[in-house]
Amino acid sequence: MTAPATAATTPAPAGSRQSAITDSLLIGWRNLKRIPRIPELAAFAIIQSIMFVLLFVYVFGGAIAIAGPGNYVDFLMPGIFAQTIVFAAGTTAIGMTDDISKGIVDRFRSLPMSHSAVLTGRTFADVIYNGGILIVLMVTGFVVGWRVDSLPNLLIGYALLLFFAYGMTWLGVFLGMNVPTVEVAQQVIFTVLFPITFISNVFVPLPTLPEWLQPIAEWNPTSTLTATLRELWGNPNPIQSDSLAGQEPALVTIGWVIAFIVVFGPLAVRRYRRLSR
Amino acid sequence: MPAPAITAEGLVKIYKSRKNEVHALDGIDLEVAEGTVLGLLGPNGAGKTTAVRILATLLKPDAGRATVAGFDVVRQPDEIRRLIGLSGQYAAVDENLTGRENLWLFGRLYKLPSPKARARADELLDQFDLTDAADRVVKTYSGGMRRRLDLAAALIANPRLLILDEPTTGLDPRSRLGMWDVIRELVRSGATLLLTTQYLEEADELADTIAVVDHGKIIARGTADELKAQVGGERIEVIVHDKTVLADARAVLARGGDDVTIDDHTRRLTVPAHGGAQSLVGVVRDFDEAGFRIDDIALRRPTLDDVFLSLTGHVAEVESENSKETTAGRAR
Repeated sequence: MTAPATAATTPAPAGSRQSAITDSLLIGWRNLKRIPRIPELAAFAIIQSIMFVLLFVYVFGGAIAIAGPGNYVDFLMPGIFAQTIVFAAGTTAIGMTDDISKGIVDRFRSLPMSHSAVLTGRTFADVIYNGGILIVLMVTGFVVGWRVDSLPNLLIGYALLLFFAYGMTWLGVFLGMNVPTVEVAQQVIFTVLFPITFISNVFVPLPTLPEWLQPIAEWNPTSTLTATLRELWGNPNPIQSDSLAGQEPALVTIGWVIAFIVVFGPLAVRRYRRLSR
Repeated sequence: MPAPAITAEGLVKIYKSRKNEVHALDGIDLEVAEGTVLGLLGPNGAGKTTAVRILATLLKPDAGRATVAGFDVVRQPDEIRRLIGLSGQYAAVDENLTGRENLWLFGRLYKLPSPKARARADELLDQFDLTDAADRVVKTYSGGMRRRLDLAAALIANPRLLILDEPTTGLDPRSRLGMWDVIRELVRSGATLLLTTQYLEEADELADTIAVVDHGKIIARGTADELKAQVGGERIEVIVHDKTVLADARAVLARGGDDVTIDDHTRRLTVPAHGGAQSLVGVVRDFDEAGFRIDDIALRRPTLDDVFLSLTGHVAEVESENSKETTAGRAR
């Protein structure tokens, strides 16, 4: 059955690239329209992140010593942003699973529209959504005392976060299409994303981890993103190792994002086409 | 003679799980002539939806081939998608958009320019009596309104070929009648229609020909009248008040030479009614003369259950929710 399956998806009508872009924008519009209609979703995403900020600043902040200048809030905030963006994959996965189980994806599949637009439209919309949540979090950070030393660098960091979010949404789309229900999606997200955010430099300096765990944590995309942001914003970024991840976190982070897009993008599109199995 | 709008030959779809294989479709042949209505009739799990999903290019068959408007469902799905409108339990509308937004979005995805999509949405909202609710989020719609919107979504691009999967399942009787009117109107305007349903009555009302599906196979096909003739037409059901008169009552009913079935437990007697309502009057008179007290008497048309019973020897396995509706439909 593989031969007819691929044949079925290859022929594209003339001007299909134009239609792919229009279709993606339409799907993106649809996903953004939904956000204010389900305000609980955004509200809890924001509350959860703010809760993390407050918990770590006021509960752990006193216990975790940061070597060198700077305080714990400055150390923590870039990590909180990174963590929030990693969890963006979860929002995307749940949304995708929900669309499939409610039959809306079948509706889209029955229309003469671009095959990948349902996925790209969702990733665009989710990046914008997470961009909004980040702004709320940044304001919260300022309120509890987080400071950066350069406004242009703040914007560069923000752009890097959005780029990272884009990579994560592709992971999310892929996960979302491979689980049967929203409940399972939530479980999978918890087990996949929690370690990614915690085995990192987000909450504690890396040297405090057991030695065997340090390289894993150091190469973790959450850590490299966090390290990049800290350096960019002049926030404390305790001792980095001599590895590439330690020395060039920005480069490694961009590499990670490209890897996420290149691996999970095609996998997700392939899975989407195979919904007809 | 124009080519058939839909053809299917030996369609097979098997769902494999670790323990067993389910033959959702076990070799189905179909043909729908242009401008006609085919009703695919069968209980839940018979394979109706699987067949519809294959024809709508949402699912690939494991064997067999099918064409829609002359295009192959496996090799030319894009061409088919441009021509058909699909509405049914699986192709949903977006709950978090308004009715108007849904229709505009689907119109745009059918490649209508924005103003045209907007105009078409207004037109359909009006036609389906949804104008007042047009700017409300679909979450707040009743079941009937949602189905109407779903059907409107299928009609956005004026498709000549419509596939409707159980368009009235779960609707109250009034909404169902409204839906029937809408579908009849579509048929009058020349659309070709493939319709699935659990209700013989619905297939009877709307379809030119009916194919009865069970366990992934077509077990009978023909017009509604032909199918009903197979089942044996109308019958009279009497429930007598007193169990002890059952045998005598049976003798009275059997005078015409017909088979009478008796259910002792419910004190019910059933006999074919060749003369329709007139036969009913006769039974009432005879029972009155004989002094049998009647608890209930009714002229009963064949139902899906009867068709199934006569065709397969087993009662249609319909979910409890739907069997309630079947009962309600029968009472009407």
